[in-house]
Amino acid sequence: MIRRAFLSGAIALGLLALSQPDASAQAENRIFRFVPHANLAVLDPIWTTAYVTRNHGYMVYDTLFSEDAQGNVKPQMVDTYSVSADKKTWRFTLRSGLEFHDGKPVTSADVVASLKRWASRDAMGGVLSDFIDRYQATDARTFEIVLKEPTGILIDALGKASSNVPFIMPERIANTPGTEQIKEAIGSGPFIFKADEFKPGAKAVYERNPRYQSRNEPSSSMAGGRKINFDRVEWVIIRDPQTQFNALKAGEVDMVEQPAFEQYYTLTKTAGLKVIDFSPAGLQFIMRFNHLHPPFNNPKVRQAAMLAMGQQAYIATQVGVPELGRVCRSMYPCGTTYADENTGDFTGTPNIARAKALLAEAGYKGEPVVLMRPTDLASIAKIPLVARQQLEAAGFKVDFQQMDWASLVARRAKKDLPSAGGWNLFLTAWTAGDISNPLTMAMLNAKGDKGWFGWQDEPRIEKLKGEFARADSVEVKKKIASQIQAIAFETATHAPLGQYRQPAAVRDIIDGVLETPGVPVFWNITKK
Amino acid sequence: MNTFERLWANGAFRYGATVLALVLVMGVLAPFLGTVDPAVMDYNNINRAAGHTGSFTLVDGSQVAHAFWLGTDNFGRDLYSRVVYGARVSLLVALCTAFLALLAGGAVGMLAGYFRSADLVLMRLMDGLMAIPAILLAIALVAALGASITTVVVAIAIPEIPRVSRLVRSLVLTLREEPFVEAARALATPAPVILLRHILPNALAPLLVQGTFVAASAVLLEAILSFLGLGLPAEIPTWGNIMAEGRTQFSQYPGNVLYPALFLVPTVLALNLLGDGLRDVLDPKFSKR
Amino acid sequence: MLRFVFGRLVAVVPVLFVVSCVVFLILRLAPGDPAAVIAGSSATTADIEQIRAKLGLDRSLPVQFGIWLGQVLQGDLGYSYFLNKPVAELIAQRLEPTASLAIGTIVLAVLIAVPLGALAAWRMGGWIDRALSAVSVAGFSIPVFVTGYVLIYLFSIQLDWLPVQGYRPLGGKDGLSGWARHLILPWAALSIIYVALIARITRAAVSEALTEDYIRTARAKGVSEQAVLVRHALRNAAVPIVTVIGIGIALLIGGVVVTETVFAIPGLGSLTVDVVLNRDFPVIQGLVMFFAISYVLINLLVDLSYLVLDPRIRY
Repeated sequence: MIRRAFLSGAIALGLLALSQPDASAQAENRIFRFVPHANLAVLDPIWTTAYVTRNHGYMVYDTLFSEDAQGNVKPQMVDTYSVSADKKTWRFTLRSGLEFHDGKPVTSADVVASLKRWASRDAMGGVLSDFIDRYQATDARTFEIVLKEPTGILIDALGKASSNVPFIMPERIANTPGTEQIKEAIGSGPFIFKADEFKPGAKAVYERNPRYQSRNEPSSSMAGGRKINFDRVEWVIIRDPQTQFNALKAGEVDMVEQPAFEQYYTLTKTAGLKVIDFSPAGLQFIMRFNHLHPPFNNPKVRQAAMLAMGQQAYIATQVGVPELGRVCRSMYPCGTTYADENTGDFTGTPNIARAKALLAEAGYKGEPVVLMRPTDLASIAKIPLVARQQLEAAGFKVDFQQMDWASLVARRAKKDLPSAGGWNLFLTAWTAGDISNPLTMAMLNAKGDKGWFGWQDEPRIEKLKGEFARADSVEVKKKIASQIQAIAFETATHAPLGQYRQPAAVRDIIDGVLETPGVPVFWNITKK
Repeated sequence: MNTFERLWANGAFRYGATVLALVLVMGVLAPFLGTVDPAVMDYNNINRAAGHTGSFTLVDGSQVAHAFWLGTDNFGRDLYSRVVYGARVSLLVALCTAFLALLAGGAVGMLAGYFRSADLVLMRLMDGLMAIPAILLAIALVAALGASITTVVVAIAIPEIPRVSRLVRSLVLTLREEPFVEAARALATPAPVILLRHILPNALAPLLVQGTFVAASAVLLEAILSFLGLGLPAEIPTWGNIMAEGRTQFSQYPGNVLYPALFLVPTVLALNLLGDGLRDVLDPKFSKR
Repeated sequence: MLRFVFGRLVAVVPVLFVVSCVVFLILRLAPGDPAAVIAGSSATTADIEQIRAKLGLDRSLPVQFGIWLGQVLQGDLGYSYFLNKPVAELIAQRLEPTASLAIGTIVLAVLIAVPLGALAAWRMGGWIDRALSAVSVAGFSIPVFVTGYVLIYLFSIQLDWLPVQGYRPLGGKDGLSGWARHLILPWAALSIIYVALIARITRAAVSEALTEDYIRTARAKGVSEQAVLVRHALRNAAVPIVTVIGIGIALLIGGVVVTETVFAIPGLGSLTVDVVLNRDFPVIQGLVMFFAISYVLINLLVDLSYLVLDPRIRY
């Protein structure tokens, strides 16, 4: 009798526990829950180029300049700026009232230290450093950058959204060497990082910065005003794509940054959810050759491989949703400033006959080419399969090596012979923002041994890149960029394999997601 | 009645052996069972429902009329073909793993059980190996060696070796006190001969039982490794990696996960029951696990 | 007995040594370079070399192992390459979810399986017995992620009774109910395996105990069937049952890794997958040590429990 009563009491308690909803003191529409595409592990956006860390950076920090929806670089933290008549001294004045999260004002000293740290790590910052004579903090809100010779890339570099972004940090933090990670995340951005609530691998929490000084303009991509409609933003780390989908459907999260392509059609048809493309320029697949070793040390063989590629198949296999992909011949992604359809013989559709002819001319005797494939990176795991199929159709013999991503990045850094631990080919994907100009496109780093993986030695490209950095009008830059692309196709630096978009998924009640160069931004968004 | 009749009388053994035989036959006869090449992707046939009939484009461009009995996956590959061919690899992995674990574990166990000096060192090594979680070891090994049938087999077999070696060692420890072993020693028979000719045959039965359980957990572990992204690459279909690939669309197209599960679960069940039956009949004393 | 415990604790040392050596060798000899992963895709070979030097990866293997060993002996488990936190802190932070999952699973499994197995043994040939025999082997023949997905589909998506994913800490603002609600489906998915295993052994052990003479004596004395089952049969069957529970705990980590991935629980299991794939050596070594020590301690606890359960056993 007693036992039965105890049992029913226990069941009642259990049901009570089940029925209680998760208590929350704040109104639900003031909290935004976001599922990023990767785990936020590193908090230092200068130490790493990881996109998720860059996105975290835009929450916590602010930048001197930002790019608007038309591609113009506009001042953000900067109030006014001018350049001297000889174009060698740039003067900037910060807006008044800018503060870090610890209450201290943002000063020129902070800016200079932050820029120095950024330039020590970033590719474009590195190019810029060669032009810079010195930084000068003239007073608390004014600073100067004095150049050795004029350059047209200064403002672009300070306003770019591609990793690494020149975020402004307090001087004491920015004095950390670029090779070490910073220990605190203090910035002057629209959100404050709650370090005490940060659970790596599970959750990152940001609170609205009530002292954020937004610009008094409408938002336009990364530039303009930033209206924050949430008191709290949570980044919820969910690795499994199915669980991401389920969580979104159940309303446990509000936005999934990169749902798997396999779920695209379902997302468009599910009530209560919608698909949003906040990064229209998208991403691009590429195949990179190893220029050091046979057979790809012979430009004819590289061209043969390039001409054997058909972009449609890559999009169909890896992306799967036809309307999300597009054939784009240009190395600079279509829709970006320097995109150029003059691509020589390369059309993006396979030209097997010409490829075979080139191979015969080059004297290719069937030496196997080592093609590396990462098995654990779902976003690019399928494209090497297509590459193999297309290369074999052109007469190549492919030595297909499958490994996990960590092994691949280790192996691609090796300059050894492919048969002795090196490689001939690998494929990857870049966001459009990272390869939209010749200075940031890693594949155009043709400094030979000191260049990017693949180690092409092409002084003509390097010379033109220097001219690009010195040019000051967009027209001149476009001309030079096209020249560089022409040489890149002639020497087959790499093969562009198709452009695609990866839309985000949000709940119906979410509105106001801004279009940006790939950065999910949390201002302007409203939730009913 | 002889051993085989006794085995057949045992319900668990009967079920296990029958199902395994069927799966084996299915795997061997895969090309003749109305299948197409399981690795070929046909973009016009993505995510078809079970029972869909249509034309399937092969590698050389030719088209063939085909009935997709279990539908297609998100690559346009015929799910039925993949599941049938998957039987081959899943069984191969299971059997090779069991064989490797028994061989290595048996060798270690016999050496440890027979030679006192080796015992201390070997058993410390085995203790250490057992203290590493099997999944961590398997992940590390596959990440280290790259994913191929050989490495997956090795990665799954190595964590099983300590348990097998323990079993064999305890068997050897009891058996070496038996009169026939003492007699052999008295006749100055060399140790390897004693081990192989006298001890091993008596240890065979429990080893076999353990082997079936190893095979069963190998099929499951291969599925888990595939789930974590570390299994065999998708052109080689295994039930594990078919399920792993299908999981991104589970709520929309559950067939991708459920159809291979429909084959995997009875097979693992069969292996476990086979082991049960073998143990009940051959060695009711050695009821470990 | 104290000598026994002490001896077992001392035996941990060679085990830990073997464990760390094996894992160290596998990782360092394997392809895969954390420096290259850290350097990122825009880097050059020179950048990677710089990072390698900074992490001390350019030294010889014995030197690297020696340095790490020296640190560990001073109580320092090192710093994660990627997460910029001490390894010990990472493990401590992610321990609670895994412990909640693991302990909850075992407790749930024991609470269900032992009575089930005992009942099946008591009424051998009855419907419980036959149902158990049929279903139990199936329990450990289904991969955990399949069970997990099916449960989520049924209870979270279709019925909307329980959350899809995530973990709410015990001390957090959602309190006990939040913690429990998020763990019910993971517990269910994982415990199916252990219910099957434990129920089988319980049934076998109890049915064997029931054939003993003392049972006949007890019944003859007029002891109630309930007391016979619980106080006599079950107590004598306790040793093999506890043994299999101990083995189960050791096997648990495999299931935990998958369950944490499916249900997005930020525990040690999901940490393991991440750090192995990234080659975050210090964390991997730290995790392995932690698991090894847990394994030894659990075995010790099981062996000590025999003292309580079976007075005939003496150490």
